[in-house]
Amino acid sequence: MTLEEVREILKAELLTHNVNLSIEVCSACASDMMSDVLALTEPGALIITGLATTQTLRTMEIADAAAVVFVRGKRPDDDVIALADKKEIPLMSTEFCMHDACGLLFLRGLCGVTEQVKKLLNKNGRR
Amino acid sequence: MDEDKKFVQEYEIRGWDFTRAGEASCEIKNLLKDIGVPQDIIRRVAIAAYEAEMNVVMYAQKGKMRCQIDPERIKIVLEDEGPGIDNIERAMRDGFSTATPEMREMGFGAGMGLPNMKRNSDKFYIVSDVGRGTKLEMLFEL
Repeated sequence: MTLEEVREILKAELLTHNVNLSIEVCSACASDMMSDVLALTEPGALIITGLATTQTLRTMEIADAAAVVFVRGKRPDDDVIALADKKEIPLMSTEFCMHDACGLLFLRGLCGVTEQVKKLLNKNGRR
Repeated sequence: MDEDKKFVQEYEIRGWDFTRAGEASCEIKNLLKDIGVPQDIIRRVAIAAYEAEMNVVMYAQKGKMRCQIDPERIKIVLEDEGPGIDNIERAMRDGFSTATPEMREMGFGAGMGLPNMKRNSDKFYIVSDVGRGTKLEMLFEL
């Protein structure tokens, strides 16, 4: 799934503009706890979170994540967005709550890191 | 190991400085990229260093992180002046945390920090002196 598709599915507002939305995300990790994100994120994954701080940006950089979606309409401070823009990091904000945002993406075939679930999705012929 | 084949960089870490928290780990990550360390190793070093750096920021007054690179391995050493850990075995368990609500609001304190460091490093050593501080050493084979 591309970041452009993520944006459309979640009706998300793109917070940074100097970014490439044709990038494919391989999986997703949803958490407000950054250690969970560090433990469970694959390189190139999408992070879904309600934590809109500098640490979210730092964590996604460390974890080599592809992009961040903030749920419930949250958005980090302007200086964090400016920093992300400078680093060409895609940040989005959706009005959906975390559960619904995850559900919508999962329905379209974007899963987490659990191998069993990945196999199940592949078996059902989803991307 | 010949001393001339060894590269050492040291970083100061200030307690409770969330604006700069993670900068040292990002610098280490960029440094490893610049010298051509394989991507999967860079990621493991960066995650372990970041978790360790955040622990210093959250719990200690101050600390130092040293990154030592030689042709065989990368060594990350953290020494802090903090409260120390009275039961290391318990602290190493997934989910065990003594984090305050303020730390959790910053997205940390899920009790995954030390286990994440151990999981991502090839060798992990920790010693702690209650009331004085903690020393961590993490090795990553190249």
